[in-house]
Amino acid sequence: MSELITIHINETEYKVEPDQTIMQAADKLGFHIPRLCYHPKLSIEGACRVCIVEVEGMKNYVASCAFPITDGMKLHTNTKGLRRARRDIIELLLDNHPMDCHTCERDGNCELQRLAASVGIRARHFEGEKKHYEKDISFSSIIRDPDKCILCGRCVRMCSEVQKVHNLTQAHRGFKTVVMPAYNMPMSESVCTACGQCINVCPTAAFLEKNYTQELFEKLNDDSIVKVVQFAPSVRAAIGEAFGLEPGVNMEGKLVAAFRKLGFDYVFDTQFSADLTIMEEASEFLERLQGKAAMPMITSCSSAWMKCLEQFYPDLIDNVSTCKSPMSMLGALIKTYFANKIKTDPKKILSVATMCCTAKKYEAARPELDVDGMPGVDIVVTTREIAWMIKSAGIDILNIEEETPDSPLGISSGAGAIFGTTGGVMEAAIRTAYELFTGQTLVDIEIEDLRGLEGIKEGKVLMDGNEIRVAVAHGLGNACDLLDIVRQEPDRYHFIEIMGCPGGCIGGGGQPYAAANSIPLDEDCLKKRAEALYDIDRKKTIRRSLDNPDIQQLYKKFLHSPLSKVSHKLLHTHYQAKTPVGIIPKK
Amino acid sequence: MIEMKDQKIDELKEYIAATQSNDNPESYLIAVLHKVQGLFGYLPREVMDVVAKAMNIPTAHIWGVATFYHYFNLKPVGKHIVSVCMGTACYVRGAGKVLEALKKNIGVEIGETSEDKLFTLQEARCLGACGIAPVIMIDDKIYGELTGKTATELIKKYRKAAKG
Repeated sequence: MSELITIHINETEYKVEPDQTIMQAADKLGFHIPRLCYHPKLSIEGACRVCIVEVEGMKNYVASCAFPITDGMKLHTNTKGLRRARRDIIELLLDNHPMDCHTCERDGNCELQRLAASVGIRARHFEGEKKHYEKDISFSSIIRDPDKCILCGRCVRMCSEVQKVHNLTQAHRGFKTVVMPAYNMPMSESVCTACGQCINVCPTAAFLEKNYTQELFEKLNDDSIVKVVQFAPSVRAAIGEAFGLEPGVNMEGKLVAAFRKLGFDYVFDTQFSADLTIMEEASEFLERLQGKAAMPMITSCSSAWMKCLEQFYPDLIDNVSTCKSPMSMLGALIKTYFANKIKTDPKKILSVATMCCTAKKYEAARPELDVDGMPGVDIVVTTREIAWMIKSAGIDILNIEEETPDSPLGISSGAGAIFGTTGGVMEAAIRTAYELFTGQTLVDIEIEDLRGLEGIKEGKVLMDGNEIRVAVAHGLGNACDLLDIVRQEPDRYHFIEIMGCPGGCIGGGGQPYAAANSIPLDEDCLKKRAEALYDIDRKKTIRRSLDNPDIQQLYKKFLHSPLSKVSHKLLHTHYQAKTPVGIIPKK
Repeated sequence: MIEMKDQKIDELKEYIAATQSNDNPESYLIAVLHKVQGLFGYLPREVMDVVAKAMNIPTAHIWGVATFYHYFNLKPVGKHIVSVCMGTACYVRGAGKVLEALKKNIGVEIGETSEDKLFTLQEARCLGACGIAPVIMIDDKIYGELTGKTATELIKKYRKAAKG
């Protein structure tokens, strides 16, 4: 540890670690300097100037996010002059921002709005030219609205530094600067993977998911159709936050009750089809182990990762599991197995998926995943959208009785629950693959090496004396790093799990916005959401997918066996190289 | 025509290849974009794709650079580039009138190319010839002490030369 240095903040002396910025030092001492473009996971931009402080002896205010502390430095964070300058800076940002808070989707969840309130903007003193650009609504997942953009650059940095997709740039200059994909392409034609992390880090509404709530409300009133909903593991681990709860509260039972109150006829659990995915994927893995297809095998449940694969890693398409995602598997079963069971024309079934993900909207619209020419899932709404619908319908979710999902697609094992967090799919797969391979039950089913938020995790399992080497990456940037290793050393791993979002689905692009006193993708928040899923797993008596009685029934009555003809028709697919071709710069 | 384009692309690829053995090869992007504009007169989208692949730089980043600098043309330009200096000295000596006359004669606004693809009209900041203000530059040639009338005559000369 290096020697402490002395700094003064607002006339009080403190001993602090050297080699940090003013903002970092102040944060630890309990001085929260207002900020906007700063995000701890991203490089320092210093673009917004909101975080200015006064340093004695310096002519100008300095941006505390970028300025290092030095021994003897005397700082002020809240002088009259600073308060005024900060207020003016934010007022100038607002000056080129639409005055439509009450009709904006981020109303009440907007960082800019909160910031304006916190510095006390109660009147507007500036009036200048306002930019005006077309909204880009071309994409099935994400909407880009440059009018709402304040050019903080968080989305650009998230897209390039964390996700390494490099879809966004700040094009043109000065007043005419706009965040856009290359060549001002529509988002639908760009390399965007639909992960939605730009939405998560945007302080305003410059990026939003394509919203299907009105359409869904209308269809929920249609008595001529059967309304079926499924919900992903991570939705239950995060939706409480949208209702003011701490992260990590398991809302499964209350959410099921809320779905029924919204008007859904059947509530199924994507955790059930996560179990099904494991049955198929583990069986596929064992086939590949015997040399029947390319190794290492890579998971295929993350839809942002699938689009990334097609554009950035087409050479690895044969390595990716042919399994559809749990959402699409369940969609396929709803339109076939379940439709048959309730003796209803599948065209009369509305299949809705509530997902933590924006890319699932894109996935649902993919023709490769159709079932007999029909989409398995008709509408995908995010955790945020369903939270809004629950509020809008006046459902007091915090105080309603818990209910359980419906049969026959509602029971799940603990393995299905942990799908939602990084490492979970691998852990779930090992639990079942081990038994399928060795004929024995794996006793130690919690695989600590694969848990936690480290970017790339590795593990080993012994199956009948064979060492199976596995790796896990979350966030597309980490995935890129891992796949670079795979390209160089194809034999290093047998099985790889990739999730497109930081933390896995729990950090998905459709999860609730950060709370007022938090930052988007805060690690503590992600850990609590993950813990909620691990807790569900621990409390289940059935913790392996192959022990799920509904899964066993499904195979007995309908699919016959994993990788059967019916399975292949309904639950598997193939992906293909796509343009534009993505480019990841070398390190 | 296609052959000529392929030749240009080959020349560009050779140029890029020569930069890639240096330290920080990505820092040659602006030089490479200059080369593209030199070869094609502007930055065609498909050629920026070639640059992206050859330099291993994401297209969004190239687009950010290409749109930041006014020097780079994102649309095809005419045979001759007419730059009207709007620097202070030229401005006070009547550059505005020169510009208006040229707009009228060529039939375009600033940044546009005439229908016959002969002229692209641009604004410039100080061309360093304030002593003979107001000046315009046609391609790499400077003409000074102009009026609306003399500027128009210059254009007519170029037009005649192109026909002849």
